[in-house]
Amino acid sequence: MLEAAELECERGARTLFRGVSFVLRPGELLRVAGANGSGKTSLLRILCGLSRPSAGEVRWNGQPIAGIKEDYARELVYIGHAPAVKDDLTPRENLEISCRLAGRPASALALAAALERLRVPELPVRKLSQGQRRRAALARLLVSETPLWLLDEPFATLDAEGISLVDGLMGKQVDGGGAVVYTTHQEAGSRSTRVVDLGAGA
Amino acid sequence: MLALARTVVHRDLLLALRRRSDVGTALLFFVIVASLFPLGVGAEPNLLRAIAPGVIWVAALLSSMLSLGRLFAADYADGTLEQMLLAAAPLGVVVAAKTFAHWLVSGLPLVAIAPLIALQYDLAPGLYGVLALSLLLGTPVLSLIGAIGAALTLGLRGGGVLLALLVLPLYVPVLILGAGAVEMAGAGLDPEGELLLLGAALVVAAAFSPWAIAAALRISME
Repeated sequence: MLEAAELECERGARTLFRGVSFVLRPGELLRVAGANGSGKTSLLRILCGLSRPSAGEVRWNGQPIAGIKEDYARELVYIGHAPAVKDDLTPRENLEISCRLAGRPASALALAAALERLRVPELPVRKLSQGQRRRAALARLLVSETPLWLLDEPFATLDAEGISLVDGLMGKQVDGGGAVVYTTHQEAGSRSTRVVDLGAGA
Repeated sequence: MLALARTVVHRDLLLALRRRSDVGTALLFFVIVASLFPLGVGAEPNLLRAIAPGVIWVAALLSSMLSLGRLFAADYADGTLEQMLLAAAPLGVVVAAKTFAHWLVSGLPLVAIAPLIALQYDLAPGLYGVLALSLLLGTPVLSLIGAIGAALTLGLRGGGVLLALLVLPLYVPVLILGAGAVEMAGAGLDPEGELLLLGAALVVAAAFSPWAIAAALRISME
């Protein structure tokens, strides 16, 4: 479903990576590995269409994503470094808005159940800890039924229980015929995973 | 697509409601700047009446610029802007909704409060309508043009000053037309020409700037 062809990424004068190619099929889990500064986040941003590769292209079901912007965006969930939750809203409001923005409004019941499952308290996000913010962001995974997940450091700032919970969610997504691309430093994840290694960094 | 635009407007209004002080400061700034002039130039009624349209318009312009920095910066910092780039509708629609919400909280209050400021300048009551109408047509143009600048300077160091240098020259036509309409009406002439031109500027800005804002955002977010 997702295909990366000879991707190259330049930051300023230096080349972060070159010739990254892979094909991701339904039911596959792909881990992007590499040292700090090797371009893991850049690769994910290219995969979701936020930045353009300096060479090569990303294809979704055979079509270059540059040409199918919103249609492609509807198919994926991207959770970046920043948790993308507003401090002044509650986790519930945050989740509802992101579902609507993604074009997949969720029922009040589904929203409440997702936050309940991740044990996020219904307080303004301002009053939550980093880990709880992360959980509030990851709650999107429970309500969105998109085939592709792109997760940047999903395990960062989570406790052991949170890590196994997210690991379980990723497993369920893959078992259901979806696909996941994620970056991590830890060797977290119990499943068989393909790895794209970006090396030691420039 | 409309539902999505409504979500964005609703979200931004909700955020403004939770952060009322931000909205209040821009409005208070407008009131204070407009009130400084009578104190500075003296209470000569004829002079005040003559400078009123220009001063009120300049104050509105500065206040609208003051609030521009907030348009994208907060969403950029917490990552929600990235998610908007990945929304299920064209980015132009999302930024148009954002700019509209921004105008509702920063431009519309100016329109409402301007007649009160005009009172300070002893402007003829017959001109309040023209003043409010010119601001009603002009302030959305300021928001739309300003949003392009805000998108271009997003994430830059010292972006605030650069934004002012970038955007203020583009505000000039709106200022001339807006203040001109009130002056024409004050001189007993028909301000229809200026108001129609302001309306035309609004239509052109509303049609084209969302796409310019979207393109600028994509560049800034790379």
